[in-house]
This record gives sequence, structure tokens and C-alpha cells, in this order.
Amino acid sequence: MLLALTAGVSLAQSIPPDIAKKLDDLDKATKNAQMAGDNAWMLTSSALVLMMTGPGLALFYGGLVRKKNVLGTMMHSFILMATVSILWAVVGYSLSFGEGNAFLGDLRYLFLSGVGAAPNPDYAATIPHQTYMIYQLMFAIITPALISGAFAERMKFSAMLLFMTLWSLVVYFPMAHMVWGKGGLLNASLGGRFPAFDFAGGTVVHITSGVSALVCALYLGKRNNYPDESMRPHSVVLSVIGACLLWVGWFGFNAGSAVAAGSLASSAFIATHFATAGAVLGWMIIEWMIVGKPSVLGAISGAVAGLVAITPASGFVKPMPAILIGLAAGVVCYLMVSKVKKIFGYDDALDAFGVHGIGGTLGALLTGVFATKEVNDLRMGQPMGLVDGFGGQMTNQVIAVLISWVLAIVGTLVILKICDVVLGVRVSKDQETEGLDLSMHGEEGYNLES
Amino acid sequence: MTKIEAIIQPHKLEDAKEALKNIGVDGMTITEVRGHGRQKGHTEVYRGMEYKVDLLPKVKLELVVSDQRADEVIRTLAAAARTGKIGDGKIFVYAVADAVRIRNDDRGDAAL
Repeated sequence: MLLALTAGVSLAQSIPPDIAKKLDDLDKATKNAQMAGDNAWMLTSSALVLMMTGPGLALFYGGLVRKKNVLGTMMHSFILMATVSILWAVVGYSLSFGEGNAFLGDLRYLFLSGVGAAPNPDYAATIPHQTYMIYQLMFAIITPALISGAFAERMKFSAMLLFMTLWSLVVYFPMAHMVWGKGGLLNASLGGRFPAFDFAGGTVVHITSGVSALVCALYLGKRNNYPDESMRPHSVVLSVIGACLLWVGWFGFNAGSAVAAGSLASSAFIATHFATAGAVLGWMIIEWMIVGKPSVLGAISGAVAGLVAITPASGFVKPMPAILIGLAAGVVCYLMVSKVKKIFGYDDALDAFGVHGIGGTLGALLTGVFATKEVNDLRMGQPMGLVDGFGGQMTNQVIAVLISWVLAIVGTLVILKICDVVLGVRVSKDQETEGLDLSMHGEEGYNLES
Repeated sequence: MTKIEAIIQPHKLEDAKEALKNIGVDGMTITEVRGHGRQKGHTEVYRGMEYKVDLLPKVKLELVVSDQRADEVIRTLAAAARTGKIGDGKIFVYAVADAVRIRNDDRGDAAL
């Protein structure tokens, strides 16, 4: 009916004022309706992504440490929900999403000035700019929290805070700008020099955090008596709950990255789910074959590995390739954490590198293989990835992977050195033996007799 | 008086309690303990890291009875806690010098 009306109007010599007003009202009403729908999904997604950090990651990591460190480990995640938020409001959003240069945003959004109800058409034309800003904040929170798995049970709390602040400034904000910011070096839709496909943060979130985690594990050194002393997870039960919350929250992470509530969000949601299912089975089967028993910790670790690997690909691939990506992630990450780690002997306590660094790298590369215009026509009809017959995308993916690895390694190393000189990064041997809950926070996680 | 200290499998605790109740023993103290005798522990694997767990959960049951009843109690307890497999535990028997009921200063057998 609208079509007929419009066609009729265009034929007329002049539009009667009452019809012009009606059309104008109709146009506004349509836009408002779309904004209401998209905004509802994006606010929901923002909340889902925050839930991934707390309680999701806090429980997942908290269960994997010994009980004397459960609070300290959960605090690593929780405190970033506050610290990074403030940093983001002051300068982080601007450095990430201000136009700036190819590597870093400018200060136009300092103190969130200019971030209001009006949409920013470059990033998300149908939701308030504020919604986009708060959604992106949740990514900036979980990324450093992921690193904490590598230095669990031995990092000084004050040094951790300084490290995370500097790391956000030096590694995360630049990387987010390069991949997602307007004019960023790797941006695929807003004029990047090397347009890399990273739908929800395979490079920005998982490679940066996972590779930085490895640097942390190497710099801090092993936990006392590792690997001779028993360091069994004190509660795989907590970790199962955490992993399930991560799985659910990840729908906000990946499907929300469509920044709208349309069909691309559905596609990403589905790819995310099937990849995770594939990864659970991949990890479980290979562990069953090698060890003889399918562990619960293995199954939930597989889920996280699959979620990580599908993150960059989620908005570009069809369901069957998603399952393949998941299966591959389950198998590869299992071999990393159970075999390769043992060969090199580093103490990545909770396997932040083995799961996020390796899973993220694998996912970023496979995105170049399986990206297809049938899912996401970002190149306006041109082929997207290898399956579409465009091998050149692999080059962009490799460049993005390399840049994120190098930035993470160099940035983290410099920051750790600074923190070490200023505060000392590692707790004393006695404090470590006592446990971080008592020595850092003056509390205990379980006072069951009280 | 005789003190009987039995270290048994946790899942046999209910059987043991029931059997003791049936022969009229109505006082005991129970502690959750860990330990091992000839029973080997087991291996747990977390993400490829193997941990040998050789201290296993057991229940320690302590009761003091009159000397006349000791043998009956020991046999009842052993029968109730037995599975016939390695790891069933042990019973230790001690002589007790005296006992005091705190509420009213009863001594010896009267305090039991």
C-alpha cells in the first residue's frame, strides 16, 4: 500500500501538504519502530556480554583454582567490570572509536562528549550512539579479564590493576580501533588498508588476550612447586556453571555484533551455537581416545574453545562450516593445553593462551576460508572468502593475526616491565603459599564452619 | 572400658550405625578423615595434567563401651562395614582409664 502511495505521489505534479505530512509521519514511525527493535536487542546483548565476565568467567576461572585463591581469581574478573568502565567513559571509547588515524582513535568522545541518543551512522545507524558505546564497553571488560587465567594464583592485586589499565590503553583500544574503528588499518567496512574479517573479536578480543596471557605466564614464571604439587581445580562444579553462562552470554557477544536485530544476528547466533556444539564433541572425543575418559572439564573447555573460534567467523559463515570450525577448535585446543603446554613447560595456569590465543588464531584464519557473501554481502556481490573463490582474503586475515600477535607480545612485555619496576608483579612466596584470598584480600571464600 | 576406633568406607557408615543401634549401642563420634592403607589411590586428569590422589576420604567412628560388650561391638561393626574389597578400613581397640559424664560427674561405666 505504501508502494502504491509513493508511486502515485511521484506521478503527481505537486504533493498536497496533508499527504506530504502523512508520508513524513509514516517515515518517522517506521524509523522509530526499527530503532525500538534494534535497540531492545542491543541493550539485551550488552547485558549478556557483561554476564559473560561476571558471573560467567569469574565462576569458570574461580572453579579451576585451588580454594585458597577462589576469591582473588573471581576478583580479577569482577574488578575489571568497574575499572575498565571508568577508563572507557573517560578516554577508552574515544581512543577506540573516535576517527583518529589508522592505529588509534582521537579524543572527540573524551568523557563521552557527543555520545548521545542520536545514532552514529558509521557504526550503527539504527540504535542510539549510547547503546553502541555501552555494548562495546562490555567487550573491553571481558578481554583483559580473559588474560587473568594465565597469571592466576600468583599476581599481586595492585600490579594487576595497573597492568590492566595500561594494557587497555596500549593494546586493547588501539586494536579495537584498527579493526572496528572508522579508518582503522584493518577495518573491513569503513576504509581499512587491509580489510580483515573479524565479526565479534577473534583478533581484538581473543588473540590479544590469549597471546598476552602467554607473555604473562612466561614473565611471571611458574607457580611455586608447579607441576609437582597438586593443583587440582577446587570445584569443577563452579566451572560448569560458568561455562554455561559463557555459552548463553556469547549469543550477545556474537549475534549482538550484527548491531541490529535482523537476519544477520540470527545467522551469527546459529553459527555460534553449532560451532560450540561441534567443539564440545571434538574435545570430548579426542580426550576420550587419548586419556580413556571423557572429562566434564574437557567438555566445558571444548565449549569455550568453540565459542572463541567462531567469534570472528560468526557473521560470515554458514552453519555447516561453523560446525567444522568448532570441531577443529575442540581438537586443536585440547592438544595445545594437554600436550604442547607440557612440552614447553610454561605455567598458563588456566589455559588462557591455549584456548583464547590458539582458538582465536584458528578462528581468524578459518574465517578467511569460510566467509561467504551468502551470509554477509559486505563486499557488495564480490566474493568474500576462499569458499567464494577469493583466496586473497587469507592475506588480510594473516596480516590481522600477525598485527594482533605482535602488538600483544610487545605491549604486554613493556607493560609488565613497568609494573614490575613500579610495584613488583608477583606476590611473595609466603603470600602465594597462604593463598591470594587471605594475603591480598583478607578473606576466605569458604567459611563453612561459621 | 574399651575404646573402639574404626576407620571405614564412607558409604558403609549408615550400615554400621544401623547395626550398632540394633545391638543397643547409642553413642558414637564420627569424623570425616582422609587416609590410605594398602589400598592404592587413583589418578585424576585435568586438561592433560595427571594428579595422583592417594589420600582417600574415609569415616572415623569412635565409641567407648564396657569391656564385656567390646567383642560383640567389634564383630558387629566389622560385619556391617565389610564389602570384602581392599580399602574397607581397620578397627583399633584401646583400653580406657576412665570416663566422666560432664553433666553430672558420673564416672566409669555409668558415664557411658
